[in-house]
Amino acid sequence: MATTKTPDTLLRILDYSTRADPYPLYAELRETPVALQGDGSYVISTYRELTDILHNPHLSSDVRNLSHPVEAFERSGTPAFINLDPPEHDRLRRMAMRHFGPPHTPGLVAGLEPDLTATVGSLIDDFVGKEQIDIVDDFAYPFPVTVICHLLGVPREDEPRFHLWVNAIIDSIDYNPKTDPKEKLTNGQQATTDLREFLGGLVEQRHGRPGDDLLSRLANDDGPDGRMTDDEIVATANLLLIAGHETTVNLIANGMLTLLRHPQVLRRLRDEPGLVVRLVEELLRYEPPVHIIPWRASYSDITVADTTIPKGSRIILMPASGSRDPNRFHDPDRFDPDRRDNQHLGFGSGIHLCFGGPLARRETQIALNELVRRLDRPRLVADPPPYRRSPVLRGPIHLHIEQGDG
Amino acid sequence: MTGADILRAFKRDGRIVVVGASLAGLRAAEALRDEGFTGSLTMIGDELGEPYDRPPLSKQVLTGWVPADGTKLPRRRDIDAEWLLGVPASGLDLATDHVRLADGREVPFDRVLIATGVRARPWFVESEAALDGVFVVRTREHAEGLQRALAAGPSRVLVIGAGFTGSEIASICRERNIPVTVAELAPGPLVGALGAMIGEIAADMQRAHGVDLRCGVKVTRLEGDEQGRFRRAHFDDGTTIDADVAVVALGGIRNTEWLRDSGLAVGVWGIACDTGCRALDLNGLITDNIFVAGDVARCPNPIYEYRLISLEHWANAVEQAEVAAHNMVSGQADRWPHLSIPLFWSIQFGVNIKSVGVPTFADEVVVVQGSVTDRRFVAAYGYRGRVTAAVSFNNAKWLDHYRQLIETAAPFPPPCPTPDQPADMKPVPVDFPGPTLLAQGATVVVTGHDPSERRVTSVQRHR
Amino acid sequence: MRIVVDLSRCEGYAQCAFLAPDAFRMHGEEALMYDPNPDDARRDQVLRAAAACPVQAILVDRLEGRDVLAERSKS
Repeated sequence: MATTKTPDTLLRILDYSTRADPYPLYAELRETPVALQGDGSYVISTYRELTDILHNPHLSSDVRNLSHPVEAFERSGTPAFINLDPPEHDRLRRMAMRHFGPPHTPGLVAGLEPDLTATVGSLIDDFVGKEQIDIVDDFAYPFPVTVICHLLGVPREDEPRFHLWVNAIIDSIDYNPKTDPKEKLTNGQQATTDLREFLGGLVEQRHGRPGDDLLSRLANDDGPDGRMTDDEIVATANLLLIAGHETTVNLIANGMLTLLRHPQVLRRLRDEPGLVVRLVEELLRYEPPVHIIPWRASYSDITVADTTIPKGSRIILMPASGSRDPNRFHDPDRFDPDRRDNQHLGFGSGIHLCFGGPLARRETQIALNELVRRLDRPRLVADPPPYRRSPVLRGPIHLHIEQGDG
Repeated sequence: MTGADILRAFKRDGRIVVVGASLAGLRAAEALRDEGFTGSLTMIGDELGEPYDRPPLSKQVLTGWVPADGTKLPRRRDIDAEWLLGVPASGLDLATDHVRLADGREVPFDRVLIATGVRARPWFVESEAALDGVFVVRTREHAEGLQRALAAGPSRVLVIGAGFTGSEIASICRERNIPVTVAELAPGPLVGALGAMIGEIAADMQRAHGVDLRCGVKVTRLEGDEQGRFRRAHFDDGTTIDADVAVVALGGIRNTEWLRDSGLAVGVWGIACDTGCRALDLNGLITDNIFVAGDVARCPNPIYEYRLISLEHWANAVEQAEVAAHNMVSGQADRWPHLSIPLFWSIQFGVNIKSVGVPTFADEVVVVQGSVTDRRFVAAYGYRGRVTAAVSFNNAKWLDHYRQLIETAAPFPPPCPTPDQPADMKPVPVDFPGPTLLAQGATVVVTGHDPSERRVTSVQRHR
Repeated sequence: MRIVVDLSRCEGYAQCAFLAPDAFRMHGEEALMYDPNPDDARRDQVLRAAAACPVQAILVDRLEGRDVLAERSKS
């Protein structure tokens, strides 16, 4: 039977006190690749089983396919493609992709390189002489936010407003009715409404005004799949705005933290900037920004690792655990930027593979290269640093470092 | 000396000869060095120049994007080999363990790997095949010639045979805005490989892209002008078509003639071997120092009732090469079986077609996911109630699931619903054409139970 | 530089076509066409594309810049 020997492992992972190092708990989870929880949900934590189920057409991303309705989703409005199944998922993702990547807009991300370099450069200029820096607030947050606002066409001045909303939304993703205060959920729902209203206002302005930003393009596009409804545009923009920086901020912060914990790698990267390409892949395996895919449903009975998950069950996927599975990766708890065959789950797998992965990669590659080039003998002030609440999108809330003679 | 001592000595300074210096031969050589073989390694190939990749020849090269000589294969490692190129092998002497070359040289070996691949099936009338403007596509010289002919802006191209290669070439012609006629003996394109249902979809796709597709017809004659240039083709229904270029895409011929007197189990379907890539001799007995890999290998597949199957698939060449190389330098107890499920792809008319398993090993087929009208779907193939293959059109991310269904002999039709399942999901007979039609270009051939050629009666063969 | 893509592994994620658009092009939504011999000036882009492939299907020459055949040929 799939019941785990330590039924509280998942609860301990979700508990804030284990945020700095959940990896030993992931190892515990992997002893039962498909683990039935007390509430009837199933946790999948091993590499093989994760890649299998992410390619399994009976796995649904649409919570409406759960046999028990979920309070957390009742007020969240038109779902974005991340929460939909084919053919709707494919259609909406394809329509959004038309303005972001191949085959219709192949050069966009590669063409952003000068902008990314300039943004990184000016942020570093601001703290290059300072002895104390918060890598998160001073760099890892403002950088991707600037980029995604520019891409979407969201005014940068509005950032303080949606920053609060996004935080409340992220905070509510792992809402547990048994252990969490109700406000955690209602705050998130209110923030969702507010953010959608804000985006809806922007979309309205864009109708009939063609422009280069994603909102204008989506509002005025007539591609082979027709035009998205305003609700669909808002849902898409909402997703990209949240995912576009909440994940990259963690990847950059986790990256700097990992480099500071591996000073020999940091030195190597300074002398050998090309190393950053493999290094970022290893980061995506070793300290990924997304740890948990908390809401999946079995559309029909699914058999994984000899366990049959009944139709309508909630399935919780643990990709960060899969990427540390010793049955797939040699010496998985070692950070090895030279690792070959690094087929990690950092961006997921299958049809929901991270939409913005190529952008996140370039942002992080450029960011880490420039940080190690320009910081003067950086040191961690606290190890571990303080973490954000979320076990789903996991990363430091601050990453204080010292540099120079300070 | 013990067996282990002999093996060690062989790995240290034995002699391995690889006949065939293309994908399978090169990957096998690299794998041999990876395995620690430090003896002498000789690569024999009939073409001059380094090993190159062939799939781009009917795609990127013909669009004019990539030059024909720009597909040399990257190396995984140094192989420190002696290269004997530009001369084909002409014989294999098992009594003295020598490979004979066409120029009379003899190359001794302790173990040999046969990876001589296939060549294009030429037009059946030699004088017509020699006309200016008549092409086959297998080598880079072929591709270069055809690319130049397409770049010259022909008034029309005739493609003879609508298997994968023929369909890909027709697709390129339309991409280059060249009028193209496709002539196919079967009722539709790709029918020999994927059956009637997919054939119908492929036919719609071709016509939607402006291909003049003529099925159920046979080209009987290629006619030239006084300058010896191809001008017109005659069909068996009495009609003709004027064109400047004819591409003969009637599949391939396995390069096994040089082994005719070798005493190995050789035929038009290749060289029979075991799952460890060891060749069988005429009596069906396993040889111990003759190995086979790639397009010429006929290997039993337990999933398909142990039938001997030869595949002209890129991944099959790579995987067999690695298994063969490993087994060439391993003792009996350490040998690997080649047990992977066949994988194939084709790019045409903006669609990525992929298959897993052996679609010809099926009696029914059903669309299980997506929409045929949108040309985004997965079709599963079943044989006596179990899944044996699947084909995807722009739906490749799901295909690995079907590989698992094949490996676990999952029931057909797959019973559980998916969110993207067509409303009218109903299996239909797979409907492959009879053996005479299959001669036009199936890519996957199941060739019967017995390793010895005299017992094989099917006339299937592939491109 | 020389590359080859194992298209039987490729699932059409298009990460390579984002990161090295001159060497990797999507043909429709899912089919990949690529330049097996991209210009050395694109080297950084191609290496990024190879590292980013979710199914690790892109093989880049490990013996770059050496004329392997001429060096080794004894005939």
